[in-house]
Amino acid sequence: MMSKVTMRLNGKTVSADVEDRTLLVHFIRETQGLTGTHVGCDTSQCGACVVHVDGKAVKSCTMLAAQADGSDVLTVEGLANGDELHPVQAAFRENHGLQCGFCTPGMIMTAVDMIERHGAKLDEKTIRHELEGNICRCTGYHNIVKAIKAASDQMAGMKTATE
Amino acid sequence: MGVQGIGARALRKEDKRFITGKGRYTDDMVLPRMTYAAFVRSPHAHAKIKGIDASAALAMPGVEAVLTGEQLVGDGIGNLICGWMIHSKDGSPMNMGAWRALEPETVRFVGQAVAVVIADTQGQARDAADAVVVDYEELPAVVDMSAAMAPGAPQLHPEAPGNVIYDWEIGDEAATNAAFDSAAHVTRLDITNNRLVPNPMEPRAALADYDTAEEHYTLYTTSQNPHVARLVLSAFYNVAPEHKLRVIAPDVGGGFGSKIFIYPEEIVALWASKRVGRPVKWVSDRTEAFLTDAHGRDHKTEAELALDANNKITGFRVKTVANLGAYMSLFSSSVPTYLYATLLSGQYDIPNIHCNVKTVYTNTTPVDAYRGAGRPEATFLVERIIETAAREVGMSPAEFRRKNFIQAFPHQTPVIMCYDAGDYNATLDAALKAIDYDGFPARKSEAASRGKLRGLGLSCYIEACGIAPSAAVGSLGAGVGLWESAEVRVNPVGTIEVLTGSHSHGQGHETTFAQLISERFGVDTDAVSIVHGDTDKVQFGMGTYGSRSGAVGMSAIVKALDKVEAKAKKIAAHLMEASEGDIQIEGGELKVAGTDKKLSFTEVALAAYTAHNLPEGMEPGLKEGAFYDPSNFTFPAGTYACEVEVDPDTGKTEIVNFVAADDFGKVINPMIVEGQVHGGLTQGIGQALLENAAYDENGQLVTASYMDYAMPRADDVPSYNLLTTETICPGNPLGMKGCGEAGAIGSPPAVINAITDAIGNNHLSMPATAEKVWLAAQPGLSQAAE
Ligand code: FES
Ligand code: FES
Repeated sequence: MMSKVTMRLNGKTVSADVEDRTLLVHFIRETQGLTGTHVGCDTSQCGACVVHVDGKAVKSCTMLAAQADGSDVLTVEGLANGDELHPVQAAFRENHGLQCGFCTPGMIMTAVDMIERHGAKLDEKTIRHELEGNICRCTGYHNIVKAIKAASDQMAGMKTATE
Repeated sequence: MGVQGIGARALRKEDKRFITGKGRYTDDMVLPRMTYAAFVRSPHAHAKIKGIDASAALAMPGVEAVLTGEQLVGDGIGNLICGWMIHSKDGSPMNMGAWRALEPETVRFVGQAVAVVIADTQGQARDAADAVVVDYEELPAVVDMSAAMAPGAPQLHPEAPGNVIYDWEIGDEAATNAAFDSAAHVTRLDITNNRLVPNPMEPRAALADYDTAEEHYTLYTTSQNPHVARLVLSAFYNVAPEHKLRVIAPDVGGGFGSKIFIYPEEIVALWASKRVGRPVKWVSDRTEAFLTDAHGRDHKTEAELALDANNKITGFRVKTVANLGAYMSLFSSSVPTYLYATLLSGQYDIPNIHCNVKTVYTNTTPVDAYRGAGRPEATFLVERIIETAAREVGMSPAEFRRKNFIQAFPHQTPVIMCYDAGDYNATLDAALKAIDYDGFPARKSEAASRGKLRGLGLSCYIEACGIAPSAAVGSLGAGVGLWESAEVRVNPVGTIEVLTGSHSHGQGHETTFAQLISERFGVDTDAVSIVHGDTDKVQFGMGTYGSRSGAVGMSAIVKALDKVEAKAKKIAAHLMEASEGDIQIEGGELKVAGTDKKLSFTEVALAAYTAHNLPEGMEPGLKEGAFYDPSNFTFPAGTYACEVEVDPDTGKTEIVNFVAADDFGKVINPMIVEGQVHGGLTQGIGQALLENAAYDENGQLVTASYMDYAMPRADDVPSYNLLTTETICPGNPLGMKGCGEAGAIGSPPAVINAITDAIGNNHLSMPATAEKVWLAAQPGLSQAAE
């Protein structure tokens, strides 16, 4: 069975006929060719596939593309503002929060959501706890935690500055 | 980025593509008319294949072909090889059974591939694979190593009677026995090194494309060593001659050893792409990764340490059985022998060592190198028995170690290795200071007042990296040389491309290697690009494993740079009418010493290519290649100190402080080195506390997903406290030792020593789960937790 799925993907309306069983992650990667979102497991445990659906972090392997019909979907490709990196992206680079890069898009999308939800400056304990759905085999998390902390401090500062 | 030389914490050049989603991994590649492969895998650990009925599958939508082992063998595809010959102590060669990429007759582990479906979409291929009917006759399976060697056990391969692959030894048995005869104290310890699944986050993948006109194959694959893959695919699996086979390892999402090997799936993808005349893509799902990526560790050891009356070690006697699984993977034979037993001297002056290793076949996934490969097993054994001995004789574990440290270099151990340089007191002192060793008793009683058990454990590890030299490893049975190659191309405009045989799958070579060029020529790192991972672009190279890319890979680059520099100086001297010996390279310029005459690097490069005015007889161009074969292994070493608190009510362990003091020799980029250590420590702590590949007695892997196999997550591990000391490695031009595996090698014994210290019971096996720790902490249940 095929059905038509339409969504806003990184600010652009896209539409395609896909098999009903198509997962959101496969719609993003294969139908739309945005390969920054990764697949690291088959049990929804690793977080390599995290994207934002209507402003919330979602594991895109847990959701059918059809369920995202009409939604606003943001992937790692849509995070930067042109050439200007999102503060979380920049913080991952500045703090060496990535090695092979495979978990990185999911980590970054999780981190953005985490900072948005907690609003204020994050502490290490909260960050580690919030990362429970994201596995990284390379970095040992040390620098990912540092990067998220730095980004959240910086974003808290930016918020104060604009208030 | 500017000029960033050796020692700079340069941010990574490769990061931008990864943080913006522009990385290019194998599964991201798409080719016109591409098909997908799905494998039909054995659900049984041991069974005869009586027939395969593909008729239903072939009738399903989108299915191009169903291919079996019979066709594969018929087409002359060769058996999988093991690239390191080990001889038993009686002189006989190892007993190796045949391993086919698709098995036509007898399956020997759950997940072994028996057929492959090729279809238009991945969904169609997987659906059809489920519809292939394989008629199996189940055979009794054996999973446990001792059971496999027992009389009457199911036999896996006719070539290996009693399931024993080899019975190998190293060291002087008589002298070691004599040391035990005259010992004042003997410490005994039985150790299990638990089986692990490497789990790089990117699952393995292959995309094969056969060009019928050129009779040429291209393979995109998740490899740590694309040239070795091409060589093996060509020379042993008969896929195609090397010049008709291009192997590309694009961005690779972690390896940790598991992507060294050439697996059945890559072979089948290539073969099938010719068979169906379309590109074939295969992407492992995580369950397949658990079942088919080579596993790591899995040793059982009985060890004894002999001490004299002054608590000096006089002998070390070791008997190890290692499980190699159902087949011998590419380097599996070397891991429990030359990568393991040669490190049994640790950091200690031990005059007599003897080690016997038996390897066995069982109906489990093949076992091969995983981060550390043999050296973690050696370190866990040495550091656990050293700690145990110190406790038995009532010495402080730190002082017992110090008393037995090797103090002078070079030091020849009784097990082949000649340690070239080190200062083990320096890393021990640094770690003790950072963890406040003297303040521990106060912290322990403070914790006790809160009802917590606090413990401190040390581990003084040594490892051998940059496996070398080629002639030496050849004499020990290696089927390959272990050198590395490099080519440095200076372009006419002065930018530089470095082609390296090393491969980066997270290690940051694009940055570190560029720093080396920046240091040598004073050029901006942005003017340098590192080319790797494509057999059509790069000269033959050996790839990245065993922490070799710095000590071996960069040494090859240094050799090529030496040649480039010599030629550039000749040209500059000629152009400036100076003597060659007076030319100095500084800040991107070639200067005549003591004058203000100078030429930019770009001007010299351009002169080399315009060739209008070169010294008499000089060839145009500025491009040099080099091969570097190391003269010895390198020996990174250090001390790890781990402090834990155990909750006696729940058995839960919390790592409250972890200090790592490492001597890696010269460090090029401390930021990247620290990242390597963080990752290694977390894998080691994962082994110590969480990870275990468990089989049931029928050979089903019961931990085949992230629901059942406990990967370390962010709140399982602490932030780390890292320190470095430096003794320069005399064996290579940069003085580097390597840092990729140390964390995984050194950390497990530090954790277990800390927990056993906390609970006051030395009987505790890995992984030290809350249940086991709770049991071991119960008075009167001292053996229960093994
Ligand atoms: S791929 Fe979605 S959680 Fe692993
Ligand atoms: S950077 Fe490799 S898995 Fe996280």
